[in-house]
Amino acid sequence: MPAPLLVFGWGNASRGDDALGPLFVQRLPGLLGGVQRQRVELLEDYQLQVEHALDLVGRERVLFIDASVDAAAPFTVAPVMAAEHADAASHALSPDALLRVYGQLHGCDAPPCTLLAIRGERFGLGEPLSDAAASHLEAALRWARGWVGAV
Amino acid sequence: MTFALETAVDPSKLRRVAIEPLSRVEGHGKVTLLLDEQGHVQQARLHIVEFRGFEAFIEGRPYWEVPVMVQRLCGICPVSHHLAASKAMDRIVGVRQMTPSAVKLRRLMHYGQMLQSHALHFFHLSSPDLLFGFDSEVSRRNIVGVVAAHPDIARQGVMLRKFGQEVIRATAGKRIHGTGSIPGGMNKHLGATDRALLQADLPQVLDWARQAVAIVKQLHAAQPALYNGFATFRAPMMSLVANDGGMDLYDGVIRVRDAAGQVIVDGVADQDYLDLIEEEVKPWSYMKFPYLKSLGPDDGWYRVGPLARVQNCDFIPSPLAEAERREFVAWGHGEPVHATLAYHWARMIELLHAAEVIATLLDDPDVLEGELMAGGMRRSEGVGIIEAPRGTLIHHYRVGDNDLVTTCNLIVSTTHNNQAMNEAVRSVARDYLDGHELTEGLLNHIEVAIRAYDPCLSCATHALGQMPLEVTLRAADGSQIDRVRRSPHGGFTRPAAA
Repeated sequence: MPAPLLVFGWGNASRGDDALGPLFVQRLPGLLGGVQRQRVELLEDYQLQVEHALDLVGRERVLFIDASVDAAAPFTVAPVMAAEHADAASHALSPDALLRVYGQLHGCDAPPCTLLAIRGERFGLGEPLSDAAASHLEAALRWARGWVGAV
Repeated sequence: MTFALETAVDPSKLRRVAIEPLSRVEGHGKVTLLLDEQGHVQQARLHIVEFRGFEAFIEGRPYWEVPVMVQRLCGICPVSHHLAASKAMDRIVGVRQMTPSAVKLRRLMHYGQMLQSHALHFFHLSSPDLLFGFDSEVSRRNIVGVVAAHPDIARQGVMLRKFGQEVIRATAGKRIHGTGSIPGGMNKHLGATDRALLQADLPQVLDWARQAVAIVKQLHAAQPALYNGFATFRAPMMSLVANDGGMDLYDGVIRVRDAAGQVIVDGVADQDYLDLIEEEVKPWSYMKFPYLKSLGPDDGWYRVGPLARVQNCDFIPSPLAEAERREFVAWGHGEPVHATLAYHWARMIELLHAAEVIATLLDDPDVLEGELMAGGMRRSEGVGIIEAPRGTLIHHYRVGDNDLVTTCNLIVSTTHNNQAMNEAVRSVARDYLDGHELTEGLLNHIEVAIRAYDPCLSCATHALGQMPLEVTLRAADGSQIDRVRRSPHGGFTRPAAA
């Protein structure tokens, strides 16, 4: 049986604030109690891909985390709905396109998914996490403890 | 050297069309077309923002860190960079002959990567165009459209991807940031449990791979004029081959065939690639244009990738793929197949071959036990070449006595194909756009030609909101006529005029 909660962050750790997703996934377990940790599976990848639709199977809830240049600081939270006419515009999928793929593959809706978009500023190769992004990450982690604990 | 339609006589008097960035192509690229007042194409160029600066990112790091760090270059084929860097660093640590277990484990990892990458490209990125047509509505021309119309095919694509990723996880140690391959060998065997799980899936994987080849063959048979003629041009072909001339995607010597299919370069060792290849810089592109030194930039550019590999080798050393290769070669009626869309056919033959190789390696006891590391006399320079999913990938390093990398040079598959992709764009512009009204469907023809090469550009940064597609039409006087923006999800909007 998969863990009821999936926390899935993506990004490239070597491209400045694009590391926000992976860093979130790496930091979160240290903020959770033992019982909460057992309910959460953590997943990290470079990009969202079609096969990730299989990682959503059997979950109660899913939290996606990505860096965003559009999100208001420090972060935004929004439910993800399956795209009605989503297009895959690159090798990677958007979260709503992934849910669309899930629905088509499994014939049912994906479990409830939430997108945590953390505001990033700099994405250059070899750049460290910006001070602003580091601050946004701390705020997002504080919020996430509530998400994990929610029933 | 300037090719036909590369540079217009008087660009200032022409209308400019920019497609930026290309959709379903990794990273950022754009196409610019300059049209005269009659709508005739006078100039067509593919510009790509390459990941310049990556070499500097690597220089100064300890050599043993490099096989892990280079995986951050690419979110799509990190394993190819992992292994190419490992092969180069094998030379640095003085290893000329890997242990049998290490070679087989690396091959297993590599063919897993090949299988999952080819599956992604065909099922996710290209089959929408091929199954629905280049002019179909955008909402159908994507994986979601494929799922709706061909649920079995789409599911096969997802499951093939998953299988390839599991092969990588089992050999590299993790789904991403793998550490399995290290300078001089490997650091772990395949686990017996992982082997059993993968073997259980293999019959289905092989069956799906055969079906994938059959689908592409059907497409060619159904529309031979389109598939033979679309963006077709003659070019030499370069790839690694095994010493016996067989297909080998992990290791070998460099071979080049000319456009007529004659072998003109053979047996060049990977360490000697600089004797063979030179790169030309053009002022209008960030990406260099490699060519064969012996032929010069005019005639020495070439193709790499599946279309080159399937025809460059003398045979494929696995029975099902070899039978498909023979059928593919027969399609050319004695001439090499130069059709751009034949990349898809060749790619699916390689996917089948990858599945067969994985099956063979999983049966080999050396992947479960045996010596993993070899050693030798420390050296200061090493080259690693591998046939990545998109084509030949070259990693070249120099390392100082303090073990830090002093020089790094990477030539990636997409760079090798730079001139060929530009030729494909010009061919489409010549055949489909000249004198016609510009529509999204017509512009997609250009993207279809480029996508056939599966270019992988500066990637792995993809923060939400960073990948729009924008098309701008400009009149000869430079004024904006129209502008359309495609969101990352495919929706089209017309922003307010600038």
